[in-house]
Amino acid sequence: MELIVENLSKRFGEKLILDHLSFSMHSGDFMALVGSSGSGKSTILRLIAGLDQPSSGSITVDGTPVSGPGPDRGMVFQKYSLYPWLNAAENVAFGMRLQRMKAAQIKERTAYFLEVVGLSDAATKLPRELSGGMQQRVAIARALATNPSILLLDEPFGALDLQIRESMQDFLLKLWQRTGLTVLLITHDVEEALVLAQRVHVLAPNPGRIIRSLDIDLDKTNLDQLRLSSAFLSMRRSLSATMRELEPALCLVKPC
Amino acid sequence: MTATAAAASKGRSTGLLSLFTLGAMPSKAVRGGLQVASLLVPLLLWTTIASLGLVDEKFLPSPQAVFRSLASMAESGILFQDIVASTGRVFGGFLLATLLAVPIGICMGVYPAICALCEPLIAMLRYMPAAAFIPLLIIYLGIGEEPKIALIFLGTIYFNILMVMDAVKFVPIELIETTLTLGGRSRQVLVQVVARYSLPSIIDTLRINIATSWNLVVVAELVAAEVGLGKRIQLAQRFFRTDQIFAELIVLGLIGFAIDMGFRLLLRQSCKWAV
Ligand SMILES: Nc1ncnc2c1ncn2[C@@H]1O[C@H](COP(=O)(O)OP(=O)(O)OP(=O)(O)O)[C@@H](O)[C@H]1O
Ligand SMILES: [Mg+2]
Repeated sequence: MELIVENLSKRFGEKLILDHLSFSMHSGDFMALVGSSGSGKSTILRLIAGLDQPSSGSITVDGTPVSGPGPDRGMVFQKYSLYPWLNAAENVAFGMRLQRMKAAQIKERTAYFLEVVGLSDAATKLPRELSGGMQQRVAIARALATNPSILLLDEPFGALDLQIRESMQDFLLKLWQRTGLTVLLITHDVEEALVLAQRVHVLAPNPGRIIRSLDIDLDKTNLDQLRLSSAFLSMRRSLSATMRELEPALCLVKPC
Repeated sequence: MTATAAAASKGRSTGLLSLFTLGAMPSKAVRGGLQVASLLVPLLLWTTIASLGLVDEKFLPSPQAVFRSLASMAESGILFQDIVASTGRVFGGFLLATLLAVPIGICMGVYPAICALCEPLIAMLRYMPAAAFIPLLIIYLGIGEEPKIALIFLGTIYFNILMVMDAVKFVPIELIETTLTLGGRSRQVLVQVVARYSLPSIIDTLRINIATSWNLVVVAELVAAEVGLGKRIQLAQRFFRTDQIFAELIVLGLIGFAIDMGFRLLLRQSCKWAV
């Protein structure tokens, strides 16, 4: 699989939201886009998912331009995305049902992906009986079950509290290491990007554009150690500084 | 004192006044008692006034007289005939209105273009009182069942459409977009997600709007009918049988109440996730 985003721009009315964005991804990559609120992160993901059309530039998957949403690009939103009337297993099965997979295959894959996200025991629970973290794991399992070639995650842990967020990060990293998924993660959390991704792009707002890209080659066998390691901390400091420079709030301190 | 302790001591403050604390929930027994009183108190009042002879029996028949006339109508089979005729009309007209309103309302809620096309017309039509259509319906459809069913249809479809449309607007956009990224086609999204998500609100909409069709069926029967609860009320008036009128009114109320409970039950059974 090869995802190529080239000179991607998006306007809403007069306002330029994304300005000539370019990047590419290959099978097995884990990439993160970090940016402050309003920098156009969700817009990028929606364009790749095919939920919106670019104003100019192109997005291709294996050479074919993206023309609309499809199960080859699985998407997980920040919240509200489980079907409240279906239990966890039925939620996971839903996408496969839409594609009219065979019942036996649906059953088998549902059990498998519930197992992958560690929720076999919660199969018959309704979404409202699940914690926020469990709900997001169901959403991830549901997206994976339709066998996408890339998983698009829009701040999937943004609504969770810190502790659960860290354990979900561990979970996602292990999942990626185990299954060789291709993941494009969007976040405003520098640490989350550094912990998870192999490559991080920093997005500046107004209009959204990539101002810094870096490869992360840290030892990720133990995340708790990683979070405290000096290499990690200095990268985090450096990225945070980059983000802070973009913060419009600073204008209030400096005369500008 | 902590906040919970304060709330607890407040909850303990005795007397009637505590029932009117905002957000306070009286116990199940208290609520049940109040619900029974809601029916029992007026009945007792009625019995007392009637037995003291405060009002001429011609105008306010006693509960016993009403019950006797109810029993005699039931015995002669008239009551059953009336109930079948009236409920048949209500269900016929309302079912037609529902079958059309649900898909139209969903499409209007989902597609802004369809909404723009239909909403002004519907918004105007719904302010034309359905009863004002009766003469026209009689001219067009005669005096059989058709004009009555059509009247109920006309009187309920617009509200059904608009309320279904509103319900659909509460479907989270994320849920629709998730379905699209899972490979769902438009039809699958509309039926399996939008309609399914709105089902509890749609059932509630129907529950509220079917009350209107009870109003209309009586109006229709007053104008032209052979049988029906409304027709019987009109006949009773001619013979000054207030006891019969009371009996028919009570039957109307009871059937309406039963239908309401039926919809509530349906909601609880089909949408456990929402209640
Ligand atoms: N449909 C739309 N119509 C008009 N403007 C939009 C639309 N969608 C997004 N925008 C604007 O585009 C900008 C970027 O929005 P986007 O949601 O992509 O930001 P984001 O980086 O995901 O922010 P957040 O962290 O708050 O989710 C915002 O200024 C937003 O107001
Ligand atoms: Mg966003």
